[in-house]
Amino acid sequence: MAIAFALILVLVVVGSVLFHVLSPWWMTPIASNWSYIDGTITLTFWITGIGYIAIILFMAYCVFRFRHQEGRRAAYQPENTKLEWALGIGTTVAVLALLGPGLVVWYQYIEVPKEATEVEVVGQQWNWSFRLPGKNGLLGTSDPRYVSSDNPLGLNPNDPNGQDNVVIDGGELHLALGKPVKVLLRSIDVVHDFYVPEFRAKMDLMPGLVTYFWFTPTRTGTFEVLCAAFCGVGHDAMRGSVVVDNESDYQTWLRKQHTFAELSARAKKASLTR
Amino acid sequence: MNITFLFLAVIAAIVAWWLAQQRLTAKPWLDAGLVGDTGASPLPAAKIGLGVFLAVVGCLFTLLISAYSMRMEMGEWRPAPVPKLLWLNTGMLILSSGALQWAQVAARRGRMDRVRAGLLAGGVFALAFLAGQLVAWRQLDAAGYYLTANPAAAFFYLITGVHGLHILGGQVALGRTMDKAWQGVAVGKVRLSVELCATYWHFVLFVWLVLFALLLLTDPIVADNGWFL
Amino acid sequence: MVDIGAAEGIPPAEVEDVELYHAKSWVTKYVFCQDAKVIAIQYSITAISIGLVALVLSWLIRLQLAFPGTFSIVTPSNYYQFVTMHGMIMVIYLLTALFLGGFGNYLIPLMVGARDMVFPYVNMLSYWVYLLAVVVLVASFFAPGGPTGAGWTLYPPQAILEGTPGRQWGIILMLVSLILFIIGFTMGGLNYVVTVLQGRTRGMTMMRLPLTVWGIFTATILALLAFPALFVASVMMLFDRVLGTSFFMPAIVAAGEHLKYGGGSPILFQHLFWFFGHPEVYIVALPAFGIVSDLISVHSRKNIFGYRMMVWALVAIAVLSFIVWGHHMYISGMNPPFGFFFATSTLIIAVPTAIKVYNWVLTLWRGDIHLTVPMLFALGFIVTFVNGGITGLFLGNVIVDVPLSATMFVVAHFHMVMGIAPILVVFGGIYHWYPKITGRMLNERLGQIHFWITFLGAYLIYFPMHYLGFIGVPRRYYELGETAFVPASAATLNVAITAAALIVGAAQTVFFFNVIWSLYKGKLAGGNPWRAASLEWQTPETPPGHGNWGKELPVVYRWAYDYSVPGAGQDFLPQNQPPAIPAR
Repeated sequence: MAIAFALILVLVVVGSVLFHVLSPWWMTPIASNWSYIDGTITLTFWITGIGYIAIILFMAYCVFRFRHQEGRRAAYQPENTKLEWALGIGTTVAVLALLGPGLVVWYQYIEVPKEATEVEVVGQQWNWSFRLPGKNGLLGTSDPRYVSSDNPLGLNPNDPNGQDNVVIDGGELHLALGKPVKVLLRSIDVVHDFYVPEFRAKMDLMPGLVTYFWFTPTRTGTFEVLCAAFCGVGHDAMRGSVVVDNESDYQTWLRKQHTFAELSARAKKASLTR
Repeated sequence: MNITFLFLAVIAAIVAWWLAQQRLTAKPWLDAGLVGDTGASPLPAAKIGLGVFLAVVGCLFTLLISAYSMRMEMGEWRPAPVPKLLWLNTGMLILSSGALQWAQVAARRGRMDRVRAGLLAGGVFALAFLAGQLVAWRQLDAAGYYLTANPAAAFFYLITGVHGLHILGGQVALGRTMDKAWQGVAVGKVRLSVELCATYWHFVLFVWLVLFALLLLTDPIVADNGWFL
Repeated sequence: MVDIGAAEGIPPAEVEDVELYHAKSWVTKYVFCQDAKVIAIQYSITAISIGLVALVLSWLIRLQLAFPGTFSIVTPSNYYQFVTMHGMIMVIYLLTALFLGGFGNYLIPLMVGARDMVFPYVNMLSYWVYLLAVVVLVASFFAPGGPTGAGWTLYPPQAILEGTPGRQWGIILMLVSLILFIIGFTMGGLNYVVTVLQGRTRGMTMMRLPLTVWGIFTATILALLAFPALFVASVMMLFDRVLGTSFFMPAIVAAGEHLKYGGGSPILFQHLFWFFGHPEVYIVALPAFGIVSDLISVHSRKNIFGYRMMVWALVAIAVLSFIVWGHHMYISGMNPPFGFFFATSTLIIAVPTAIKVYNWVLTLWRGDIHLTVPMLFALGFIVTFVNGGITGLFLGNVIVDVPLSATMFVVAHFHMVMGIAPILVVFGGIYHWYPKITGRMLNERLGQIHFWITFLGAYLIYFPMHYLGFIGVPRRYYELGETAFVPASAATLNVAITAAALIVGAAQTVFFFNVIWSLYKGKLAGGNPWRAASLEWQTPETPPGHGNWGKELPVVYRWAYDYSVPGAGQDFLPQNQPPAIPAR
């Protein structure tokens, strides 16, 4: 029994390592500047993995070596303070080795570079809308109270900064390759979370607040946006896309989009003809 | 959450003080044999139990206050004016607490007649406080600060309501103590109950004074920080 | 052998014997009973029964994930309701109630040498209020609209809006049930704490207590201070839902309609919830730590290694657990610099936790290891707990949490660390103490079968699940559908996980069969079948009678871990055995 148990523990460890190395399931290829995040994960894997293997193998050895046999009597050792402190300090060092790099990358994550352009993501049950600033780079103010069928994002109609904002209601968001973006997040109903696995970065949309994160797209292509904060029965269907273009494709796309002023004028016209 | 941390720090200090007396650094495997002192308190279990319960209730109120102050800092905060009546109510609660203190002293001196008088007075003043709180609610409601008017008003009703319920719960214990006191048992038999009631009432008063101070301090119309982006 | 210790030692402080409540009828003996042992059984049976409901729900969840759209009873609404109820029941109504109400009630009085809890009447009320909470919870399944599907975290505004299933009655009953649970728990918790403080018998100092009592004691203190936060949050949300206040509700446009809410703060709820929610993890973990320490010690015939460090670590974890809650909110839009603080506090808490793990495995070193069924479960706990603890280092480190949060990695992590690990301890504890409770042993062969399927099966469920999280598969998804970033092979993995989950769930029938069969046919156990030193094994009767100790309370002369003491004849010395040589 003891031998079988020890063997199975060894198999659990070996199996886990083999699964990690051989299985095809791993992080999807990155498409943003946040490769440091992947690096921190790898570092964490090494440090904690070694600890895990060591502890389980030690346990397996003990179970095998000190299994009950006729005439065996356990040793008497209430404690060994030196050993305990040494292990405690060793663990502290290992933990700091994880924490240090982690905090450095977190600092980068929350410090938005000055040249980043702002993009707004608006969530509502269960779709994504986007807004880009106009020529002056400013986003106009907004409030859920302004939301109507003609103004789905709740832009302040009296704010001049909002008039030339590009409104994308239900379409794809395009971003230019290699340009850092500060993503401002806003929800007009419940908590959502803007999540693109390839970008690694994500952040909640907290109703009543404007949250943010930043990243730089490093690979062109179309990426799926998912909601990563449970937001009601349609949660899993709340998808969107982000397309990363090179500069000229991006400009072509941008020229086809409509501003808030254009959309409200069109809405007004439609209501008049009706 | 600062207030919660402060509260937890106080609890932690009490726990640390208690742990310090438990010889946590002793090596228990070395001292087989009889030990005279197990580190238990000489106080009766009921008093310790009440102490623990009041710590839980204290935590509850601290969290309410924390939630109140966190919400306050988030802007668009329109606190209701504190009704003048609350000053009178506060007086009632002080009298109530004082009456029970008096009953406690009387119980220690073996004066059953004064115990009864003290308990009765304490109960009546506490009821007066509760009635006063209800009137204050109606005044606020009439002034347009009804429950759903805004979060500040809602907090006012919630906090005073929880506090009122807390007193109501105390009234049950007080009622049982009065029952005993009127049944003509010896003073010694009700002394513990009277002491527990007095402790509870002092606590209720203390919590009220803190809450009242909080309401008064946050009364001046806080500048509207603006909600818009 | 002259018993000099008792004759010449310091006169022991008198511990007042308590007046016991005596049952007068069948109803007061088995139904409205004030004996902590009966209350413990009532708590355990109720908790495990409702836990079985949650187990069945997990099957339905897994079936949907492996075979999306195949089973018509799992609609999107039902799916989220199952997920919510599964989580809520397992965390609160099963684990919390079982460890504290079940193990706590049975073991505390016996282990500290008391006749009963200090406030037996309040203790009885505690169970009945808990039962009421469970009944209200179950009622929500039958209410119009069904139980709430808001996720066990019940985040507003979503939890009380139209888009979430169970919005009508489910959420109201859920909140009422939680409020009742907290009231009931507080009644019990007062008992557990004060009994440890004041109910200890002669000679039972704190440092002579078994770690089980230390674990339950610290967990109860945590719970008493943490549950008020959930209480406040539940009351406030109930106000929002029923009375229309806006504590947690900002201005909202839902389905094109402007709601009457405004000015509230959803993140305030998250702070309150996690101020409770993180200590809750330790409310479940600390009793498990304590019990596992005792199981390993008894079945290795060796004292728990580093007892003092184990006690200090428990206290340190308890204190730290109140300043780490923000790690559940790294990506919630909480003030970003808080991330530095919470990541640091979270990773620091790993140090005392790791020390506990080291001391468990060091207890094995040079022991005399009996691989009994309780020991198997205890060792299985170490594997799953270390595994789950390590993935906690991923999620606690704020920047690593960013890509992994809200994915299946999180699901795998918390199931490993606070699902499987504590459940293995629950089983270990039941196999260990069943002989004391019933006087009969559980069948060993069945126990081994139960262990291997449960342990290996659970590992097969949750270890690979982490990798779904690495891919980026989000949690709480009814249906992922086809997405570019998820390879098609992940669907196979999901099927495999579901198969393992069905087998592990079904294997629990072996356990229940064993428990019932052994009650009548099990081998007679005698008073102390494991030859254990702690006080609960030294009762004059097995099962212990009302009042536990017969005529006289036991007197304690030593700590709970005198195993294989050099010079002693047998390999354990009961706590109430006086020293053979004069105490110096």
